[in-house]
Amino acid sequence: MRILTGAIAAALITTTGAFADPVDDNLVINGETEIVTRTAAPAHVSDALDEVMSGWLFRKDGTRAMQADDFDNPGMIFVEQAMDTWETAEGSEGKSCSSCHNDMDSMAGVKATYPKYSEAAGKVVTLQMQMNDCRTERMGAEAWKYDKSDAINMEAALSSVSRGMPVNVAIDGPAQSTWEKGKELYYTRTGQLELSCANCHEDSYGMMIRADHLSQGQINGFPVYRLKNTKLNGVHSRFKGCVRDTRAETYAPGSDEFVALELYVASRGNGLSVEGPSIRN
Amino acid sequence: MRISVITAIAAGFAASAVAAEEIAPTAVNYVDGTVEQSLSGTAGDPANGRIIVGDKGQGNCVACHMVSDLADVPFHGEIGPMLDGAGERWSEAELRGIVANAKIMFEDSMMPSFYKTEGFTRPGNAYTGKAADPETFGPLLSAQQIEDVVAYLVTLKD
Ligand code: HEC
Ligand code: HEC
Repeated sequence: MRILTGAIAAALITTTGAFADPVDDNLVINGETEIVTRTAAPAHVSDALDEVMSGWLFRKDGTRAMQADDFDNPGMIFVEQAMDTWETAEGSEGKSCSSCHNDMDSMAGVKATYPKYSEAAGKVVTLQMQMNDCRTERMGAEAWKYDKSDAINMEAALSSVSRGMPVNVAIDGPAQSTWEKGKELYYTRTGQLELSCANCHEDSYGMMIRADHLSQGQINGFPVYRLKNTKLNGVHSRFKGCVRDTRAETYAPGSDEFVALELYVASRGNGLSVEGPSIRN
Repeated sequence: MRISVITAIAAGFAASAVAAEEIAPTAVNYVDGTVEQSLSGTAGDPANGRIIVGDKGQGNCVACHMVSDLADVPFHGEIGPMLDGAGERWSEAELRGIVANAKIMFEDSMMPSFYKTEGFTRPGNAYTGKAADPETFGPLLSAQQIEDVVAYLVTLKD
């Protein structure tokens, strides 16, 4: 009896899983920047996935189209604001970002390698943490709040000049223990619903969960402009929302846990192109 | 953690003292994943069970399961098997066991355990993102809600 019903259940699972596949489409931004939205999984996730895919492939036609042209991408309005901030002197030292770094284009490639181990900080830091280090230590300015508009807009600007470059975060050497911690968090089933990131984004991507089409939960497209709240959203805020949805006590944006998780999730997308600011629903 | 487990058990005893027939989440007797005895001692109401299965704020079962009978409820997920015919495939005791704690019948199942109050990692206060309050922390569905859902599932024949 048990074996029989089990067999029927197994058959049902395989036949009703009408896998709503990611679309077969290519993203080229402004007719020139080719974005790698699917590629072979990096070695450290190849036991779990064959291919890694950008969240872009799981969004509807209209949402995807908005990202192909910067004039249609509302996220670029915030990038422009950050471009002004880049040139604006602030703080006791009277310096702007550009005083030390020249123009924004000189930062091409930087976003692709964060989070990364910082010798100075003695730990893995995110791009926002590095930006704040410049602000407090070199400019004598106040730190920006984590994932809030100033910080997220600047992160989007730094991302925009790296678009098309492959995500390439280091997971070995001094970053390894943080990466391991992030991996553990990724597979931990949290909250009263006892769901891990992997339950939704590794085991069930492509499927519908109520009205949502589950992606692999990659972060190569961050910051993302969400049609839902019409602003740029950071990685840690997204993590917080997903953890909250498991009916769990969340971690805070900027916490050690989310830094570790960001490194781990970023590493799952090594090889995908930097894509932010992208558009999601 | 130990403290919250103990208070949860204590709360369970308190509840069972009030409603003599009710079985606390910590006292359910699973045999091969099935539960023979009614959790509430009161027959389930299939009409209410139907509402619970489709309601986002209650069972929200359609988040993961398609149910043809609930075509009036928009957006059914496809994580779990379609529930059409569940009442033919499974006995009432099996369905009660699955809804109360599916992870006993299906090892490592993604399906949440609806009648369980302990053993969670970082349990929250519903969807607030804040820590759960051990004083008020209860199962996802009450004993009677489980009975209602089971009574509804039993009616799902192909
Ligand atoms: C209950 C299911 C569920 C769980 C568990 C879950 N997520 Fe999500 N997540 C979603 C849904 C639904 C979306 C929106 C659709 C999509 O992009 O997949 C989403 C979106 C995301 C995105 C945005 C992807 C993009 O391209 O915009 C990221 C990143 C993400 N999740 C990471 C995580 C991480 C990390 C965890 C664990 C801490 C996690 N998620 C846990 C359901 C879940
Ligand atoms: C987060 C996803 C999820 C939610 C929510 C969920 N389930 Fe499930 N359910 C599953 C999965 C996955 C299975 C398949 C068993 C396994 O894990 O192998 C399943 C199996 C079942 C089965 C056995 C199906 C069959 O015919 O073989 C029943 C009955 C069932 N669920 C009922 C419910 C009810 C009732 C609710 C709500 C009170 C519910 N489920 C909520 C994921 C879910």
